[in-house]
Amino acid sequence: MTIKSFSMPDLGEGIHEAEVLSVLVEKGAGVKEGEVILEVETDKAAVEIPSPFSGSVVEILVGPGDIVQVGEQMIVFEVDAGLEALETKPGADTGAPETEVVPDRADRKTQVPASPATRRLARELGVDLHSVNPTGSGGIVLADDIRKAAEGAAEQPEEEAVVDPSAPFGIKEQEPFRLPDFSAWGEIEKQPFRSIRRATAALMTRSWSQIPHVTCQDTVDITRLEEFRQKHAAEIEAEGGKLSMTVFALKAVATALKNFPLFNSTLDLEAQEIIIKHYFHIGVAVDTEHGLMVPVIRDVDRKSIKEVAIELHELVNKARERGVSRDELLGGTFTITNAGAMGGGFFSPIINYPEVAILGLGQGRMQPAVVTDKNGTHEIVPRLIMPIVLSFDHRVVDGGDAIRFLKVIIDSLGDPDELLITMI
Amino acid sequence: MVMGDMVLETELLVIGSGPGGYAAAFRAADLGLEVTMVDSALRPGGACLFHGCIPSKTFLFLTELIYDARRAAEMGVSFGDPRIDLERVRGWRDEVINSMADGLALLCKRRGVELIAGRAQFEDERTVRLSNSSVRRITFRKVIIATGSRPIPLPGIPFSDNGRIMSSSEALALDDVPESILVIGGGYVGLEIGLIYAGLGARITVVELQDRLLSGVDRDLLAPLEKRLSESFESVRLSTRVGDIQETEDGIAVTLESSGEPVIAHPDRVLVAIGRTPNTAGLGLESIKIARGANGEILVDEQQRTSIPHIFAVGDVTGGVMLAHTATREAKVAAEVIAGQPSVYDVRAIPAVVYTDPQIAWCGLTEEHALKENIPVTIKKILWKYSGRAATMGATDGVTKMLADPESGRILGLGITGRHAEEMIAEGVLAIEMGALAEDLALCLHPHPTLSETEGEAAELFLGSSTHVVAK
Repeated sequence: MTIKSFSMPDLGEGIHEAEVLSVLVEKGAGVKEGEVILEVETDKAAVEIPSPFSGSVVEILVGPGDIVQVGEQMIVFEVDAGLEALETKPGADTGAPETEVVPDRADRKTQVPASPATRRLARELGVDLHSVNPTGSGGIVLADDIRKAAEGAAEQPEEEAVVDPSAPFGIKEQEPFRLPDFSAWGEIEKQPFRSIRRATAALMTRSWSQIPHVTCQDTVDITRLEEFRQKHAAEIEAEGGKLSMTVFALKAVATALKNFPLFNSTLDLEAQEIIIKHYFHIGVAVDTEHGLMVPVIRDVDRKSIKEVAIELHELVNKARERGVSRDELLGGTFTITNAGAMGGGFFSPIINYPEVAILGLGQGRMQPAVVTDKNGTHEIVPRLIMPIVLSFDHRVVDGGDAIRFLKVIIDSLGDPDELLITMI
Repeated sequence: MVMGDMVLETELLVIGSGPGGYAAAFRAADLGLEVTMVDSALRPGGACLFHGCIPSKTFLFLTELIYDARRAAEMGVSFGDPRIDLERVRGWRDEVINSMADGLALLCKRRGVELIAGRAQFEDERTVRLSNSSVRRITFRKVIIATGSRPIPLPGIPFSDNGRIMSSSEALALDDVPESILVIGGGYVGLEIGLIYAGLGARITVVELQDRLLSGVDRDLLAPLEKRLSESFESVRLSTRVGDIQETEDGIAVTLESSGEPVIAHPDRVLVAIGRTPNTAGLGLESIKIARGANGEILVDEQQRTSIPHIFAVGDVTGGVMLAHTATREAKVAAEVIAGQPSVYDVRAIPAVVYTDPQIAWCGLTEEHALKENIPVTIKKILWKYSGRAATMGATDGVTKMLADPESGRILGLGITGRHAEEMIAEGVLAIEMGALAEDLALCLHPHPTLSETEGEAAELFLGSSTHVVAK
């Protein structure tokens, strides 16, 4: 008999800690390898963690709500050494990331040739020996291979905008401001600041403090588009989608991005380059009871209105049920936030770093509008008018570009024929 | 540290000052931790220094000398019969032990490790109570249990106060040299101590329950030793069970049961060397609900953590191979983990040495283990009759055996029987840990004439042929 500690695995993408949502095993219980034992939440996604061992639970060291660092001991198992040696691969059907959950056991099966010093370096840098491309003679893993693998892992999260709260642009203040004791003036309540709330705060701080924001505001007459929407809504609903204003906005934005590629870019200050993406993955801000989430719809330009309507509907539901995977939250090139459903008007959205711009929609309201006919006669008529705002990064684009970019969207949303004809 | 009412507060408490305990304390102190080490013995060193490795090797050096002096006569140099002054032999042993114990005490002092004599017993997960000590209690943030192991007596037959039924500890006290000793247990402890007493003139009989000596050691490595033991010992009885043991007026009557009629042996002394058991009694482990194994050993993970996160255990008390050098590494891992480093016990080649003459040493994979686990392996051997150096020493009863992966040629194991195997095995440890191929070792120059050439030549055999052996 021997015991095995199960520590918080490296969940990849630079995640240092996770919050325990639930512990699914009890002390003394028997557990099979691959069985889900814990549910944890990283900065935005819930992850089920399978047991890397078969055995019985000796000790449970964490509980729901605990913030656990990567590498911190969580559950102690007693495993039968003989049985364990006979077992094969870690459970693959659980959907959880496979990274390093059972490094030590895999080692015993097929030891990766590497010197003791190299093995220590791998542990220090959090690199799984099995994932390293060996360059030494006879397939030996060298120290440089480990360093290269570690650098590769470090670069990725940078691009994917995973935020380290302790980084200079995170939310950790250099010299924390000493808060007064608020209870001196009345009753107070303390809530934990973590998980999605904290991740959002870190991202917003980074964006707001690093990007010089400018917001342009305008309105768009969506009377005709609303007629069009109502005409087709039932048809889309029958297909399992929902034809919302956001769906049209997605298509209109894709068109505008194709015309103005700088809005689909990222400024890389370190390399002194502007990275322009030739794909159009648009994120949609979703307000959930757990917090703000931004699932991404890929290749919006290549999808029909119907396809986008169905996919968006599914993603929104998944986000609300916490079922969005980390993958579905990554890779966005532009973001749309629609405050209209909740009754919002004009606002100035914060850019979803490291993107360059964000489009905000307000609530369409019937308003008196001046309409000019062919003869130049003006008339005041009730029209459905929607606020539309665009925040952009003034380092990358200028006001003129933004007005022109926004005009493409306004024209598309103001006239369904225009939207359909310009759709690429 | 607060002395107050004789309650100490420490960052890291180490219980036990053997090779596990002091290595943990020293490593932790070097990493900046404040360390207190407690042991019931007055001086650091543990069973290894006072009752095990060190006294036995001190005596084995002398018995090897006696044997060599006798062999030298055949080579033309005669010393005459040895005259053995037991008191001076014991004095020499004590000199060796004292110098090492003093050295360890000095190392504790230089590192600022507080050394406290006393027997520690857990009161709860954060406190131990001390008995026979000037300090009443110690509270700690982290603790490493390194209390070692002790010899197992025969069931129902305790080690006797008059020294007739001895454990290895009493045997190494070397109070006298009896005429005859019955050694129960054919493991390395029984054989080493048997050879010491045989060298000093006692008649030795070894009794082993299994059908072989040194269980776990490859048989081809064992063969040269068996030949030598058959000369040095009166008899080796395999597949023999020890029945009744009765103390008589002038000795002991031991009933030996094997396939035929039971035989009664009448040795002057009995040495019981059937293994060791973790030292957990009296530690108060009941009060902290720590996970234990079938033999009472404290269960640990690969970072030496027990089922209680701030309690660590290293060495014999965790069961397993019970070697000083594994305890030392485990101790360093525990200290490093406590200091926040990502250390893991990931040793791939544990060396083991049996200090008989010839010695047997091995590391990494053995042939027996490969067979049992069905691990594919290619094996090459060099017999020492082909070694020039072995010939000059009249020590040709050796063998060097290498195990490698059939596909990659990577060295997986090394086994050596012969003089100085203890030193030679280190090359195998280095090769395995570094992931060396047999080819790598074959291409490394080995000085001539040395016994290490047999390692180079065994490696050469994987490439087709070696200088002194024509491949079949």
